[in-house]
Amino acid sequence: MLGPNGAGKTTSIGLMLGLRQPTAGQARLFGLPPTDRRARSRCGVMLQESGTTSVLTVREIVDVFRAYYPAPLPGERAIAMAGLGAQAGARVGTLSGGQRQRLYFALAICGDPDVLFLDEPTVGMDVEARRAFVTSVQTLAAGGKTIVFTSHYLREAEELARRIIVIDRGRVIADASPQELKGAVPGKKITLVTARPLAREALAGLPARVLDVTGERASLLSNEPAAVLRELFRRGVDVVDLEVTGADLEEAFLALTRREEAGA
Amino acid sequence: MSADARGATTAAGPARRAVAPLGRMLLTQARSEIRTRWRIPAFSVTIVALPVLFFTFFGLPYVKQTLPNGTNLGAYLVASFAAYSVGSVMVFGFGIGVSTERGLKVDVLMRATPLPPLIAILAKIINALAYALLSLVVLIVYAVIVGGVRQDLVVWADMVARLLAGSVPFIALGFAIGYTCGPNVAPAAANLVYLPLSFASGLFLPLSQLPGFVRAVAPYLPAYHYGQLAWSAVGAATEPMPVALAWLAGYTALFLAIAFRAYRREESRKFG
Repeated sequence: MLGPNGAGKTTSIGLMLGLRQPTAGQARLFGLPPTDRRARSRCGVMLQESGTTSVLTVREIVDVFRAYYPAPLPGERAIAMAGLGAQAGARVGTLSGGQRQRLYFALAICGDPDVLFLDEPTVGMDVEARRAFVTSVQTLAAGGKTIVFTSHYLREAEELARRIIVIDRGRVIADASPQELKGAVPGKKITLVTARPLAREALAGLPARVLDVTGERASLLSNEPAAVLRELFRRGVDVVDLEVTGADLEEAFLALTRREEAGA
Repeated sequence: MSADARGATTAAGPARRAVAPLGRMLLTQARSEIRTRWRIPAFSVTIVALPVLFFTFFGLPYVKQTLPNGTNLGAYLVASFAAYSVGSVMVFGFGIGVSTERGLKVDVLMRATPLPPLIAILAKIINALAYALLSLVVLIVYAVIVGGVRQDLVVWADMVARLLAGSVPFIALGFAIGYTCGPNVAPAAANLVYLPLSFASGLFLPLSQLPGFVRAVAPYLPAYHYGQLAWSAVGAATEPMPVALAWLAGYTALFLAIAFRAYRREESRKFG
């Protein structure tokens, strides 16, 4: 679930978990109300802005959470999957922000849940923690787990998700695979390097949106890259290097939210 | 366990439990509560040391005296400080504990787990009863050994049982403080409410030695009626037990109503 701050991602997760009550409609987990203990026993949860008591050790708090679930993972395994093996005996209060985030991941997976809800899981993680997290998520997904996560890092969604739901201000803007999402928006990015510094006017009137012009470099978004290039060559722009790529999710996302605004 | 294996067992029947056993949950939760509190000396040491200290200052000099009705004053004072002690475990334990957890947002994550709220509360009560018992045992052993206060073991056991069973209104008061006060305010609020309450109810000094207006107010305070439970164990109660219990039940309802209102208000704010 992808969207900017304030899009409604955390609210959506809260509704799915029964932490919030919908004003209309209903949420169901495994066909049960989300507050049902049988449904909760199959969920692992990582929330933003939640805490744990700080005087217990990592191993102790993981063991407490394991007792909530009918068939938990071995504690050491959950801790290792979260990349906290070296801190298993440390008190929660002594962990760094990134380690704490890993602990919440360990608490989310220790019940061996069928579905994981992760709200902004990588916020505060350092590069190494993030890499360990990505590996664990991929392992879990390969093992048949469903993982619902929110992010405003588009790369992260692109890297991890099979289905991306883009939301903004409480509304679904797109619901598609990363590939489909790319195909659905003005899809190509043209990056140019010219022999001489390029004036913005030289790019006026092209069937493209100019993203950036800096000295000899320019980048444009377009649905018709061939027409753009033909026109550039006709105008005698001295291109020395050229790259045409599929627009990444960040650009696709910007295009989607702007279209919404234009339509509203 | 692989996903395939689990799918097979689920399809085949009840090989996998749908939920974790509540007994194990309660046991684990209570143990972690007790362990958590043990590692916060500000709580564990205070809760055990203060009643002993107060008894030393206000009780020890008078242990050999006798009340007009023939009760040994030492036993009477142990009963008073025992009541003070259990009440303080409940008010401070729940008051500060609940507000701290709210401050750390521990409750947010717990709400999303399969732990039923009732089990979480029961675990807190077991935890509080364990510390109350510890504090009572230390106080009584101290009074017997250092103060030379003599009572049958049955009398002490009776007093402990009455105080633990009757501590419900102070659990409710703790919840009321915990849900109405933030983590920075709760310790002060608990002190401001509980210390004057104990004093004015005759738990520190016998009521006969307190000013007249305090003697007039005392019969309306919960700690006064709670003290009756302990005093009755040493034959020094000044009102019938049913009256004391009725007062305690009334205060329980009042404090629970305050706690519940604050809880609801916060829930609607936090979880919309």
